[in-house]
Amino acid sequence: MEYLYFPGCTLYTKAKNLDEAGRECAKVLGFELRELSNWTCCGATFPLAKDNIMALAPPARILARAKEEGGTLTTLCSVCFNVIKRANRLIREDSEKREKINTFIEMDYQGDVRVLHYLEILKRDVGFETLKAAVKRDLGGLKVAPFYGCMLLRPSEEMEFDDKEAPTIFEDFLKAITCEPVDFPYKIECCGAFQSVGAPEVATECAYSILSSAVRNGAEAVTTTCPLCQFNIDSMQKEVHEKHNDFPGIPILYFTQLLGLALGLPVEKLDFGRNDVDPRPLLKGKELI
Amino acid sequence: MKIEISRQKVHNEFAQKVEEISGQNLFACYQCGNCTAGCPVSFAMDLGPHQVIRFSLLGLEKEVLESNTFWICASCLQCTSRCPKGLDIARIMEAIRLVILRKKERLDRLEIRELPGEFLDRVPQIALISGFRKFSS
Repeated sequence: MEYLYFPGCTLYTKAKNLDEAGRECAKVLGFELRELSNWTCCGATFPLAKDNIMALAPPARILARAKEEGGTLTTLCSVCFNVIKRANRLIREDSEKREKINTFIEMDYQGDVRVLHYLEILKRDVGFETLKAAVKRDLGGLKVAPFYGCMLLRPSEEMEFDDKEAPTIFEDFLKAITCEPVDFPYKIECCGAFQSVGAPEVATECAYSILSSAVRNGAEAVTTTCPLCQFNIDSMQKEVHEKHNDFPGIPILYFTQLLGLALGLPVEKLDFGRNDVDPRPLLKGKELI
Repeated sequence: MKIEISRQKVHNEFAQKVEEISGQNLFACYQCGNCTAGCPVSFAMDLGPHQVIRFSLLGLEKEVLESNTFWICASCLQCTSRCPKGLDIARIMEAIRLVILRKKERLDRLEIRELPGEFLDRVPQIALISGFRKFSS
């Protein structure tokens, strides 16, 4: 199996720990991620104004290149997945906008590339049973709260990812890699998204609500698929602590780091030093590293 | 607050502009408040999203534009996902942001030089790009 891989703006730098572990795990699981050539940023927001066609040019170009390179397009980042998948559908269904976009990008794209998130590859193409059988390091029921956030799920009729109020793919993934998924009421809430730059005090409160709920429900760590969620609930724990002295703090891991750990990848490939709240004391305490 | 209601006021120029940019019919809203109840950031808003829609239809353009509601909105689409009338409320908030950002004065909400250096060192690209797409013209 081979997929065209779109890393997106953050995965070569701040979210290297999402990217590298994802690439390594693909090799172990027997599928290839071929990086899309000449990719650009997806725009990091899907344009919500009806007349903002310009913002659809970047995802349209990415998709048109994927079509030329002939394959299913996959991402690790939830925001890229959201923007590209929504743009793809719009190009497919709105002939007037499609024509405008194609004229602008000087390409001819019809909206017919398949777009999958990495988690969907694990579920549909690899299969969680096969994944379970590939586990080399038993994570011993590490209690992990899956934080879906917004972008994988909404709008559900466009993302076609999972149930919009009670998704289970992340829990099923965690079970397959020998973690114990922790259900918590904030799992589909918003991390504050770009408000960490617009109104950081608002994003800080979002992080506090989400993380204290995960802790209350027994989580030892939280996992995410999104570099924006990761920043807001990991790096911004610094701001949460400044405002809420009672907050204990909790490590936030990318799902690919947990996957890599379970598949027995060497710890140096998982780049735990890049996570702001150091997960290594927890993992050492459990004798997992 | 005394409000005089007339046909012109209800379908005023501001409300029409918001409808045009968002592609949403504001009259569809029956004020159930589901959007505000489920909004993860409504605690920081002057007006709930449902109030913004009602105020817009009452011609209270100034009150709407002076509220912080649409600047606080994080486009997480929880309201859109739960609206029983199928309104895409996140698009309505985006339209109101654009009513301001598209004015010739270019009243940007966010300036890069206002962000602290320490913050710029650690903030990921994804946050900056999405933030400036939402808060600047």
